[in-house]
Amino acid sequence: MKNRYPTAWFMALMLACAGTAGANPAEPMAERVQACAGCHGEEGRSATESYAPSIAGKPAGYLHQQLLGFRDARRNHAVMQQMLAWLSDDYLRDMAAYYGTREPAQVPRPSQATPAVLARGRQLVEQGDAARRLPACTACHGDQLLGVQPAIPGLLNLRAEYLQAQLGAWRNGARRAPAPDCMADIARRLSGEEIAAITAWIASRELPQEHRPAARRVQPLPIDCGGVP
Amino acid sequence: MKTLLKWFALLLVPVLAALLWLAWPDLREPPVVESTALPAGAGQIEQGRYLARAGNCIACHTQAGQAPYSGGRRIGTPFGDVFSTNLTPDPETGLGAWTPGEFWRAMHHGRSRDGRLLYPAFPYTSYTRVSRQDSDAIFAYLQSLPPVAAARQEPELRFPYNTQLALRAWRALYFRPGEHREHAQRTPEWNRGAYLVEGLGHCNACHTARTALGGIDMARNYGGGPIPTLGWEAPPLAAAQPMSDAEAADMAELLQAGTSRRGVATGPMAEVVFHSLQYLRTADIDAMVTYIRSLPPVGDAPAPRQPRVSAARKAELMRSGEPIYRQHCADCHGQQGEGRDHVYPALAGNRMLTGASAGNAIRSVLMGGYGPSTARHPQPHGMPSFAQRLTPEEIAAVLTYARGSWGNEAAAVSPVEVQRH
Repeated sequence: MKNRYPTAWFMALMLACAGTAGANPAEPMAERVQACAGCHGEEGRSATESYAPSIAGKPAGYLHQQLLGFRDARRNHAVMQQMLAWLSDDYLRDMAAYYGTREPAQVPRPSQATPAVLARGRQLVEQGDAARRLPACTACHGDQLLGVQPAIPGLLNLRAEYLQAQLGAWRNGARRAPAPDCMADIARRLSGEEIAAITAWIASRELPQEHRPAARRVQPLPIDCGGVP
Repeated sequence: MKTLLKWFALLLVPVLAALLWLAWPDLREPPVVESTALPAGAGQIEQGRYLARAGNCIACHTQAGQAPYSGGRRIGTPFGDVFSTNLTPDPETGLGAWTPGEFWRAMHHGRSRDGRLLYPAFPYTSYTRVSRQDSDAIFAYLQSLPPVAAARQEPELRFPYNTQLALRAWRALYFRPGEHREHAQRTPEWNRGAYLVEGLGHCNACHTARTALGGIDMARNYGGGPIPTLGWEAPPLAAAQPMSDAEAADMAELLQAGTSRRGVATGPMAEVVFHSLQYLRTADIDAMVTYIRSLPPVGDAPAPRQPRVSAARKAELMRSGEPIYRQHCADCHGQQGEGRDHVYPALAGNRMLTGASAGNAIRSVLMGGYGPSTARHPQPHGMPSFAQRLTPEEIAAVLTYARGSWGNEAAAVSPVEVQRH
């Protein structure tokens, strides 16, 4: 008897495999990072209500730096530190490469901020403040804040609370990057209101259809960053 | 007047005895002797690198993210915190001005270059058994490191533990300089294992419980117990039943690879495997296991104090634990707790899970974690953290279920106990 639906059968078989194993056998890393999925979601797409950031599709070099940072106490998070404490640089690089090639999902997060706050945020994000030598976020993170390979993260698809906490942690030294720590320098020059406005605006942006990080920088960085090669 | 003199003389005797008791170890300590050996060669430095790994010096003497061996790591004790010191050859803040003889005195007598007594967070109760030759090799290796300026940090110990007098009393109670003695009736392998386990390995620093004053409780040597301030329990190494050859092979694999058929090195043991044991030669690992197998049993540890759980409450926890297990645990650990060989530890018959104290199991569920990356097992699987996903009641239920199913017969876990962690 001729099989009339070979593709459908194949798809059903693939789905069944994926369903039972909880991971794609062709991608051994998928099962190795199941421990991460509890907070960061399947393939690094965290749930709307989760504080843990979505990491799917972020530049692998950036993710690797963050994993090393948690392990080596440049970033502080008790669970992350304990998770990564005894993992090798190579293993963390492979984990980062896995998440770097996952497809992000648009997570809608309507903003509660007032139009005035959003306008102030947008202005700082897109233009910075030349008088205070504050670069625009877009100058490094890209016009659409999608990030640049290999080490500059996209900023979309993240909760305002998470973004705020990161700038706050940079300001008080709880989050550090290799020197010169450009983000610490910027965060220390921002007021609390400015941080609230910037993060509210960024969090209100939707992930566009084409959302891959740019392959390379087109202009030099306006500020020295030790974490960016 | 005569009575007064008599009383005075009576008082003098115990005071003099106490002073003599405190000073006795110092009176017997020989002066520093410099060796007349040739200057360090490449072979000696290489040997020293290996021995420094066997002693896991790097773990305590490195702060996360800082230069190896530059010290500064905060080490908690029940008496306050101390900071590890800089072992790099920086002349001002490290060992740059030290001699091999002074280094050996620190290892063997627990005394610093300037004569200060060292805090026993530095495990000289074990290192005292390291040979002079090996001490010299470790010193030669440390002197070959790039010097790093990192000043010593003052300990944050409470009074009276921060005094040299307290250290003197502690040493009189718990420290005798010693050396490794070969047992002629034992095999060379056993002797090598004894030298490593009792000396550089300093295994009983964790695998033996401590007394109230922080001394190693030699009456229950290798009987396991809580590790002060870390919140983990070290399992006993002195087994009640003789270890089978298969169990010994599993232990050797766990020590070197971090993962075996039986389980995964977790918590502080993962650190020991990561920094130290994975680098040891298979012959040395086997020697350590040979010695550990020969340790005399010390009997059951005193039962840990735990909140009581009634039979009815246990039945309730078992009932509510089963669906939680099916939902969160069974995908990896198996419907019958059978686990997956070298990937996910079996829970049926798992000694870490079924110990008298559920502390390690509670911590594993709360914090999750990965086994150590090692040359033999570079990409271990991990366990998620359930601290944000399960309530203490649910964690107590699922652990009660796992501790009481598939042939496991351990006591129930109370939610109160989960909340302590």
